[in-house]
Amino acid sequence: MESSTTPVRPDGPPPATPEVVVEGGADVTEMDPLEIARVGAGKTLLQVRGLKKHFPIVGGLLRRQIGTVYAVDGVDFDVNSGETFALVGESGCGKTTLGRSVLRLIEPTAGQITFAGRDISHISADELRPLRRKMQIIFQDPFGSLNPRMPVSDLIGEGLLAQGMKDRKARDKKVEDSLELVGLRREYTRRYPHEFSGGQRQRIGIARALALGPDIVVCDEPVSALDVSIQSQVLNLLLDLRRDLNLTYIFISHNLSVVQYFSDRVGVMYLGRIAELGSVEQLYKDPRHPYTVALLSAIPDPNPRKRKKRLVLKGDVPSPAAPPAGCRFHTRCWLREKLGNPERCVTEEPQLRNFGGGHQTACHFAEEISADTVSSAVETQSVLETAVADPV
Amino acid sequence: MTEVIAAPSPLGAPPPDNILLDVRNLKTYFKVLDGVVPAVDGVSFSLERGKSIGIVGESGSGKSVSALTMMRLLDIPPAEIRDGEIWFDGREILHMPMEEMRKIRGNDMAMIFQEPLTSLNPVFTVGDQIAEQVERHKKVKRKAAWDRAIESLQLVGIPSPERRVKQYPHELSGGMRQRVMIAMALSCEPKLLIADEPTTALDVTIQAQILELLKTIQDRTDSALMLITHDLGVVAEMVDNVIVMYAGQVVEQGTVDEVLVNPRAPYTMGLLESIPTVEKRGGRLSAIKGTVPNPFNMPPACRFEPRCPYAWNLCAETAPDLYPAGPHGQHARCHLHTPAGAPRLPEALADHERKLNVGHGIS
Repeated sequence: MESSTTPVRPDGPPPATPEVVVEGGADVTEMDPLEIARVGAGKTLLQVRGLKKHFPIVGGLLRRQIGTVYAVDGVDFDVNSGETFALVGESGCGKTTLGRSVLRLIEPTAGQITFAGRDISHISADELRPLRRKMQIIFQDPFGSLNPRMPVSDLIGEGLLAQGMKDRKARDKKVEDSLELVGLRREYTRRYPHEFSGGQRQRIGIARALALGPDIVVCDEPVSALDVSIQSQVLNLLLDLRRDLNLTYIFISHNLSVVQYFSDRVGVMYLGRIAELGSVEQLYKDPRHPYTVALLSAIPDPNPRKRKKRLVLKGDVPSPAAPPAGCRFHTRCWLREKLGNPERCVTEEPQLRNFGGGHQTACHFAEEISADTVSSAVETQSVLETAVADPV
Repeated sequence: MTEVIAAPSPLGAPPPDNILLDVRNLKTYFKVLDGVVPAVDGVSFSLERGKSIGIVGESGSGKSVSALTMMRLLDIPPAEIRDGEIWFDGREILHMPMEEMRKIRGNDMAMIFQEPLTSLNPVFTVGDQIAEQVERHKKVKRKAAWDRAIESLQLVGIPSPERRVKQYPHELSGGMRQRVMIAMALSCEPKLLIADEPTTALDVTIQAQILELLKTIQDRTDSALMLITHDLGVVAEMVDNVIVMYAGQVVEQGTVDEVLVNPRAPYTMGLLESIPTVEKRGGRLSAIKGTVPNPFNMPPACRFEPRCPYAWNLCAETAPDLYPAGPHGQHARCHLHTPAGAPRLPEALADHERKLNVGHGIS
């Protein structure tokens, strides 16, 4: 982070002047000498190819590497400008690691990330810094993600300072504009995080991400920690901001109802890989992966008159340090059981296959899924046998 | 824990025999430096033997404090029981001596907590922890208690229970731990099982496993279930009756079929409207404006009035009671269900219906 005494780098952004006029509250193009072509709506803004992030497990006296967590293990997807692309999955599936790797907040192990036509997977920190303002993130935990010792002016202003906005007055003005943008009062700049409710803190997190005028925002479970009545306020805010500021979202969530309402396209993740990818309509109406079918079946419906028998998966998600061979889902797969445990699921890892209109599924037997197979699987399952013996 | 609460004199009459749990005008306040928090403020409900009830509310609504008061697990002070009676299985338990209560707790009345990891003792095996309470409550020998522990683990679907009993909590996954918690709660065949957010910390597919398990167990045993949750979907699937809490009070009660399909309290209406659904895609969600009131400074009359879209001047002047608001015993704490509010009711219901089905505003 630059301090105000650091000399301005020759290629760096010039210090902003106090007269900066801000429109819409989040436009910092005035301090942006960088040539990043604004990608037209519907065109590919972010392209991810073969992305991997492996974490070493160290142990023993000599702290040697004794294993590897395959958090993200070969993921391809595109995000189009102006859309909301959701990543869903259970804890440990790698969705958060993927979201952070894409922004290079953690260094990917392998793979290529192209942002607005520019390969950013290997560029240096200096080259990356000006790009950062175009790629921001909103965190899940509104309590843990705000430094309790910093007033709001610093929480939001820190990023502006790092981006070279050295003039205190201009920065404060920008902070106030951002607060207003997310529906908070301009006077809140002097307050500290503990003075706000959970919903207000999440708004501060959003204001912080938007202060720099990003094109793409990774929203990592932005409403999971909030109560229902506050959740809808924040979702509305995110929708309004997307429209007003032409934002593109990567929306990370485990809540399938929220994803269905909020996003355009969805990638379902399981143990570091994408199991199924498609538009919300495709995935929710015509799921082609047995894992997606089970996830959808697990959503409790608040209408008691729509009570249904659900498909219950067996066992827990296996450890990402030792993903199952072949298809990673085969240890819990109801479809495989239904088909008499075909060997192929264990020997061969399924790749994403096209099912038309951008709908892709990584299952060898995706064609076998129908309303009939699902309902017969529901009929024959035993609820008491859903706990699976992992080695004792 | 201070044990003696002066019994009100005289106690009311015991409820009829088919009522397992009868909570009457319960008031649990917390005295803290800044003032007094009315966490539970006049809550009444009853639960029949073998039936299930859900308590829904957002954080701070008083749902967990109600359960903890029932179990007599609150520290007094800072907690303070201002008023109320709790009748359980024919006896008043809120004012009984703590030794008596200990015989009931874990035996006739058992609780499953939200966080299985922090609720299990890390230095004892799963079997030790289950057997301990069986030994104590059922006055059986160690061996019999141990067998009972294995049986309970089997009941909740844990494979190879005779090996699992010797494991420690850290050796189990989150879903398995929650199963152990349930096994422990069931080991003494309780008449009432209280589950406080039993699936909130779990993943979707594991939540499905645990909910199905709880349903199966409720079918197979005679125990009644009290389920505390913020998730209306979980309530809709699991229980017969529901009470909705807001700011320490019951704002609506009735069967799930009535309350979640035809809600009559504006707060319940607002909660249901704010749930994202596929029909609302492309529009904004209807949101309850504002935030929950500051517990030190509750609105003087109706506690939901500052956030209520249907409030009028009466709502800021007079606190509403729970009024009958539908068939099958549905009640709502709202002036709309009094003669004064009746003319306004049709419009409010129509407005709710509209917000429920479509997102509003163009996105």
